[in-house]
Amino acid sequence: MTATTTAPLAAPSVRAARRPSGRMRAWATRAPLLPALIFMIAVTQLPFVATLVISFFDWNALYPKARHFTGLGNYSDVLTDPDLRHSVWTTILLTVTVVLVSLVLGLVLALLLDRKFRGRGIVRTLLIAPFLVVPVAAALLWKHVLYNPEYGLLNGLLHYVGGPQPDWISHTPLLAVEASLVWQWTPFMMLILLAGLQSRSHEQIEAAKVDGASDWQIFRHLTLPHLRRYLELGALLGSIYIVQNFDAVFTITSGGLGTANLPYTVYQSFYQAHENGLASAAGVLVVIGSIIIATFALRVVSSLFREEVSRA
Amino acid sequence: MSATAIRVRPRRTRGAGLGLAAWLAGVVFFLPIAWMALTSFHSESDAATNPPSFGAALTLDGYREFFGTGGGASPWPALINSTVASLVSTLCVLLLAFPAAYALSIRPVKKWTDVLFFFLSTKMLPVVAGLLPIYLFAKNTGMLDNIWLLVILYTSMNLPIAVWMMQSFLAEVPVAVIEAAQIDGARLPTILARVVAPIALPGIAATALICFIFSWNELLFARVLTGVVAETAPVFLTGFITSQGLFLAKVCAASLVISLPVLAAGFAAQDKLVQGLSLGAVK
Repeated sequence: MTATTTAPLAAPSVRAARRPSGRMRAWATRAPLLPALIFMIAVTQLPFVATLVISFFDWNALYPKARHFTGLGNYSDVLTDPDLRHSVWTTILLTVTVVLVSLVLGLVLALLLDRKFRGRGIVRTLLIAPFLVVPVAAALLWKHVLYNPEYGLLNGLLHYVGGPQPDWISHTPLLAVEASLVWQWTPFMMLILLAGLQSRSHEQIEAAKVDGASDWQIFRHLTLPHLRRYLELGALLGSIYIVQNFDAVFTITSGGLGTANLPYTVYQSFYQAHENGLASAAGVLVVIGSIIIATFALRVVSSLFREEVSRA
Repeated sequence: MSATAIRVRPRRTRGAGLGLAAWLAGVVFFLPIAWMALTSFHSESDAATNPPSFGAALTLDGYREFFGTGGGASPWPALINSTVASLVSTLCVLLLAFPAAYALSIRPVKKWTDVLFFFLSTKMLPVVAGLLPIYLFAKNTGMLDNIWLLVILYTSMNLPIAVWMMQSFLAEVPVAVIEAAQIDGARLPTILARVVAPIALPGIAATALICFIFSWNELLFARVLTGVVAETAPVFLTGFITSQGLFLAKVCAASLVISLPVLAAGFAAQDKLVQGLSLGAVK
């Protein structure tokens, strides 16, 4: 009994399993885990399997009798239909742009906040706030209050300097969506990178300073290598969330003007066009994309995790 | 003396410059929210001017409009639905996650890291992966437009995060303390209540706040699976997507009111926010 509590390792429970009542004990150990595990499999894995099955059928909900097996037909439709193919491209562009820009901005902000100055706590709070606005509310704020060509804040401020008065959403629709997402996700990146900065070894930096290293050299050769995994983690987690983005695209452009990404396309093709098979194939493609990102993400998380465990 | 003064001064001015830059960045990022708050207290005609009228008279008309006293749909049913869905799902998450985290930290099962990573991988499965089957299931079982369906889905959405966070908080409970309680003859419920809970409670509270935020924010499930009865606050907000004449003050009031619970929960959980968002990888 005490053996199982000494360290969070599998070995003690192996020993427990060899005792006569070992099987019972093993199940008693597993029991608290089962409700959560079964619940997760039922609610997340089963629907995905169903999506996978539906994706092989030509199935429009308005013509249920015409449903038939079509193999990979839906996938070739998704990949050859210009609109759908465009949404694949939009998804990639949107994700990469938002993640990279917010990562760079987040790094700059994290470096600024890593120093002591008057009101640091207040600035930190101001910077986190955008992330804590309900995503739909944030998208509405940008769409109506900032971007509005006649009386939006952006054109209002441009008015003071005699600048042009562009119609942001119709001229640069994808950029408009991206800017609002960068505003929301930069604080996220900043928080992760700030945690990374604060976990640096101070002795090492002091030693480098004593040896006469410049700030840039310290940043380049000590800080950046240390931050690498935090940057990776921010990029991967950001990608996982932004690949799935629906709120901003739905609210700001309603998928119009070439901004429809895959999640919006999936939503539209079954909710409005009732193309169940096609929607499922597009959904499976999003999953494949996510799995590729997730494989890398899991690797980074597990390396950070193992470090934590071995340190403990 | 003079040499050190020369060396110190540029550092100090640069330090002040960088502090100023941080303040400037903070103000720029906060500006849209500040402007939203100010506009929500303006009259509709003052809200829609170019150049913007910063010093216009303040009024509560935007809030009166939003809460439906000036006609239009009342937001209260949506706010109540969101509250129910977020609170109940958070409670379910805690009830499922706590025993699971216990079996992954204090008394770990074999291959507990594999189980932990299975939970994490389900979080990486996008919502659209199962949306259609869930919609068809709900339609065929009469669960469409039912807030309890959202409770189930939000529970599954947040469970992986909660298991990860709680696992790391429970792992912080010193083993020696638990052993000492066992030697004193304490039984499991007593140990959980008297020994584990006090140490892990701040972490559990932060976990709950983060689950609450994610449930409150969720749009895609709510948009597809609810209608007039079970619509949540974000779905209510989508009613403002198409412009309805002069309505900026009302939009700002609505956005602010609906964001307030998240802002409050987020600031309350500030210290643990990173850990929740990074699925426990960063402390």
